[in-house]
Amino acid sequence: VTAAGTLARLLADPASGTALDVDGWAAAITVARAEQLIGSLAYRLAGVAVPAAVAAILSDARAGAVEARRAALWEAEMARRVLAPLGVPVVLLKGTAFLAAGLSAGVGRMVGDLDILVLRDALDRVERALLTAGWEWAKADAYDQGYYRRWMHELPPLLHRDRDRMIDVHHTILPPTARITPDAAALVAQAHALGNGLLVPSPEDMVIHAALHLLADGDLAGGLRNLWDIDRLLRVFGEGDFWQRLAARAGLHGAGVPVARAVRLSAAVFDTPVPPEGARLRGGDRLFRRRLLARDGWGREVRPLTRFAFYVRSHWIRMPPVLLARHLAVKTVRAAGGGDGSGGTRR
Amino acid sequence: MRHWTTLRIGPVGFRIGSDWRAPIALLDDLYAGYPRPAMPDVTVRLPATASWRRVIRPSVAIEGDYMLPDAAPLPLRHALLAAEMGMNLQVALGHRRHLLLHASAVERDGRAIVMTGESGAGKSTLATILGARGWRFMGDEFVLLDPVAGTVHAFPRLVSLKNAAIDEVARRMPGARFGPLLEGTPKGAIRHLVPDARAVAAMDEPAVPALLLFPRFGAAAAVREVPAGEAFVRLTQASTNYTALGEAGFAALTRFVDDVPRAAIDYPDTDAAIDAVEALWRAL
Repeated sequence: VTAAGTLARLLADPASGTALDVDGWAAAITVARAEQLIGSLAYRLAGVAVPAAVAAILSDARAGAVEARRAALWEAEMARRVLAPLGVPVVLLKGTAFLAAGLSAGVGRMVGDLDILVLRDALDRVERALLTAGWEWAKADAYDQGYYRRWMHELPPLLHRDRDRMIDVHHTILPPTARITPDAAALVAQAHALGNGLLVPSPEDMVIHAALHLLADGDLAGGLRNLWDIDRLLRVFGEGDFWQRLAARAGLHGAGVPVARAVRLSAAVFDTPVPPEGARLRGGDRLFRRRLLARDGWGREVRPLTRFAFYVRSHWIRMPPVLLARHLAVKTVRAAGGGDGSGGTRR
Repeated sequence: MRHWTTLRIGPVGFRIGSDWRAPIALLDDLYAGYPRPAMPDVTVRLPATASWRRVIRPSVAIEGDYMLPDAAPLPLRHALLAAEMGMNLQVALGHRRHLLLHASAVERDGRAIVMTGESGAGKSTLATILGARGWRFMGDEFVLLDPVAGTVHAFPRLVSLKNAAIDEVARRMPGARFGPLLEGTPKGAIRHLVPDARAVAAMDEPAVPALLLFPRFGAAAAVREVPAGEAFVRLTQASTNYTALGEAGFAALTRFVDDVPRAAIDYPDTDAAIDAVEALWRAL
């Protein structure tokens, strides 16, 4: 079992901490920081008997999460004030949505960027409003700007010049080039109002977005945190006919396969209660679990071949081969020539 | 990691691991007088930048729980500096129990002088030399302000002396213990000084801040009072976790600048600075 596996156990079953010695705790805390799960772990272990030194670290992490939550919600409010006059629906996504909706997935959750979704035809107006209100391009480079606008599901990232916080403005939840093309308009149409004018995705769409973010949009680096989101969401939403609605909705977005896999992985890694037919790992699932838990007690990534395979897969599922080749060629030439100094791309 | 150690500086327990024995052995030697933590608060990694860089042109990456994406690696002969940078980074980005001030401090009779300024202002040198003149050395990099009690806590890591300060301190403190001379680092020549036994023995004892100084080396001798507002703004810039602490950080810092007398001292040489500091102290 890797230290990441130990962390997953601790999250699923806090009582498993009684078996840990000091070195085991040091490893678990280091992995939790590396996976951006220290705040979630700290709240999960609140009230559980742990060594005093561990309790002090967890208490600091909870205090940090309180401030992080305040900052994330303030950032959403800043965007709301700028975008409200446009009268367009603005849907909060990911961590900020969990926090704003008061969901347990938001408890202790680290939130870096503010992620919002607007309809494609409102994108230009939203962009102009943000640019006149203090947000500036984080990547002014012409290739990056063109690349995002042509191929990505979001504007190039914008950074607020005073608060130094980033906003990602999405018009859909996967790159248009990806094999799966979710229905962004349906997501906006079914979104739930928060009462302040902002929206959050419906429960089904929240789970679907989390599953796509984990399994269809990257190399699964930091994926344990996304899977923890899924566990927390399923535990709150997973009652009554939710599972049927989730399956139907996933079908609408073309996301049946990743959503079912995310449910199986969540049940396997975090003991999430799910319907029996969706609980057992299948074929390639074990490789995904192996990737998600590929970190040691020093916080270092391990299992290089598995990680490389998922890195290759991440490009494969997001881009047709010709586009991929062209993109990698530009990136390689830029890197070889010293490039723009940014050390590569964020995506 | 293949080689590792733990040590505690003030309230922060470190776990430091490396692919090489040498940097860990050097840390164990220089930090021999420090206690080991019951549990490390933060982890520092000093791995080779690539597996072959363990042997050929060995190159140390600076990693840990908290990392800067653009932290440049250092050659193995500067691994002690890499360890120092890695440890500082964990505190600067990770510590939340106190408001961190990028400052040095010395203590006498339970009361502390806090000295802050940009690199080269002389805060390390002044704290070190005051430490040899009957003051208790509390630290030369971070002063930890308790947001509840308003006291300052010591962080007496190895003192990082740079360039001209190396000879200046060696001349005045012939009995002090030094690490190896690191030449040609990105910050010039660096030599670490081991704080004296008293600084380590008393590092868990907080002090009441009594004087806040903004020293500046290289100008004609002058002393002026610093208004609370100016001190507040300068300290927000000298704190790595002021923003992260939110309201608690604001409350701690406003209380600090309101309660503590503040002065800027310009000085042409160390003796002038020592005279000015001790004169201000007597006048309190």
